[in-house]
Amino acid sequence: MSAITTAIRQMETDVLVIGGGTAGPLAAIKAKEKAPGTRVLLLDKANVKRAGAIAEGMDSVNNAVIPGYATPEQYVKEITIANDGIVNQKAIMAYATRSYDMIRELDSWGVKFEKDETGAYAVKKVHHMGAYVLPMPEGHAIKKFIYKQIRRLGIAVSNRLIATRLLVAPDGRIAGTMALDSRSGEFVVIRAKAVILCTGSAGRLGLPASGYLFGTYENPCNAGDGYSMAYHAGAELSGLECFQINPLIKDYNGPACAYVTGPFGGFTVNAKGERFIKSDYWSGQMMLEFWRELESGNGPVFLKLDHLADETVTRIENILHVTERPTRGLFHEGRHTDYRSDLVEMHISEIGLCGGHSASGVWVDENARTTVPGLYAAGDLCNVAHNYMMGAMVFGMIAGQDAVDYAAGLDLPEFDAGQVEREHARVLAPLERAEGLDPTDVEYKLRRMVNDYLQPPKVTRKMEIGLDRFAEIREDLKRVKAGNPHELMRALEIHAIVDCAELAARASLFRTESRWGLYHYRSDFEERNDAEWFCFVEVRKGPDGKPEIFKRPVDPYIVPVGDDERDAYNQLRIETAAE
Amino acid sequence: MPKVNQPSVTIDHDKCIAAKGCRTCIDVCPTDILALDEEGKVHMAYDQCWYCLPCQHDCPTKAITVAIPYLLR
Repeated sequence: MSAITTAIRQMETDVLVIGGGTAGPLAAIKAKEKAPGTRVLLLDKANVKRAGAIAEGMDSVNNAVIPGYATPEQYVKEITIANDGIVNQKAIMAYATRSYDMIRELDSWGVKFEKDETGAYAVKKVHHMGAYVLPMPEGHAIKKFIYKQIRRLGIAVSNRLIATRLLVAPDGRIAGTMALDSRSGEFVVIRAKAVILCTGSAGRLGLPASGYLFGTYENPCNAGDGYSMAYHAGAELSGLECFQINPLIKDYNGPACAYVTGPFGGFTVNAKGERFIKSDYWSGQMMLEFWRELESGNGPVFLKLDHLADETVTRIENILHVTERPTRGLFHEGRHTDYRSDLVEMHISEIGLCGGHSASGVWVDENARTTVPGLYAAGDLCNVAHNYMMGAMVFGMIAGQDAVDYAAGLDLPEFDAGQVEREHARVLAPLERAEGLDPTDVEYKLRRMVNDYLQPPKVTRKMEIGLDRFAEIREDLKRVKAGNPHELMRALEIHAIVDCAELAARASLFRTESRWGLYHYRSDFEERNDAEWFCFVEVRKGPDGKPEIFKRPVDPYIVPVGDDERDAYNQLRIETAAE
Repeated sequence: MPKVNQPSVTIDHDKCIAAKGCRTCIDVCPTDILALDEEGKVHMAYDQCWYCLPCQHDCPTKAITVAIPYLLR
């Protein structure tokens, strides 16, 4: 063994937060505020200052529940209907009742939200039914305000550590994590009483149509590490057949973004310049109509802004070209696209997994607890449907506050040293091979196979073939070579991607119906079947080490949904446009 | 240290103050693709750019220019 690979660094803490993007910092801040004597450690594989989906800020709150505009009950009902009924209403209510207070707290930290002339929050309607979008025209600096709070509280931060597997105690509770320092190649063992996973979506699952591995909608650091870690630690994963598929700017693969342009008068049209959907809010049902339009003679689909006044377009540009994905303007410039005179060509993204946008992820209850004692999940990683940025912050808070109570009075759990030996060997193996496969080639092939076999419409036989290919690539991973710690990080991420691909395929095969519009559209089971499938599809690692798939009933609703409302999201098409 | 041919992230070495110890762009890059070469100059080491801009925005001397990667330009 080379010197670089032999060192094992030991660390310990009370509450360990993995992921420094959106949910993670809030988990750490709220844990420390509640119990200042508790040791809190915040890890990120990048740098917490600029980590996660909001590295360059956010242009709007997509799910603000503001008194006077909406009640928590109305929000819970809308999200229930938008997800064809398969939601944990208690978890969504836990978000909805804390949404307004979180916005006000962020406001007090300096984060800017749009207000009207009376100083009230200027909420806009983008959803199909209610009004929940709160613009953030100056939302580019949100990470800086959050980072100030981390510094104020003196929270320990460790950057460039990529967590690879969780440590589990003999009694099944969580005991910490193992990680790789992607700069030094050090293997790190971190003991903890509670662990909060905030590692974001599985954003590097499908291959973007551009062929560029890192040209993803989600931050490409979010390779699905958390799904893989939670699964191997024994946690239940939920709704992995409910894919994330987004309507994006073609090739750029970033948001257009209807939530920003909609309130200014922008909308989605087909090649004839006609509207075909009633609501641009991202739902599986909307994506199905979008896909049908692309497949019909009416495609492609465009974002239309050329009818707006020059000063309105300038206002839109001053948001879209500055916040969230500020290279949008540069991309349009390269294609000679001007919002004033040109339509913006859009497409359907490759697939991913993301609770923030759809309804999938690590199963959590309304306290952000997973099914493993001491393990929490928050943000895009957990299945709290359509939770978005504000939901990530609220669930981070809930997890942080619950975790300090859980950790109080607990000793650091013991763990079997064999776990560390096995993981040490697995993690460092690619660095020690004299020759082998290039991680980039293996990732490219895997993600191309994800496109070929999992992109909806889903077909049974194709998904079965996909599972064979994924199994072969799993074998290939035993031959991957990494030349340095950075390449090793990328090689390890492929293990998480293949786990996500396999579990997404198995969950999709298990649910023999269609649901959530395009997200789970099976051309050989085209109808929704509530009699058999009004339930969650769950997966966990079985005693034989293989995935175990089962149904979890939907808890009785706390907010009833009337028969006349439940199909509202299945009536998004403007019928005349299809003629 | 590897180097990308035709890098989409370019550094103006006349402006860059890495020689004085600045590591801002290397620190903030989410995908960790910027590095110092043998001469102590910053370069794009891996073609794994999310074209997100923290490097360009946080650079104290505005020495960095991020272009859209060729495949999606």
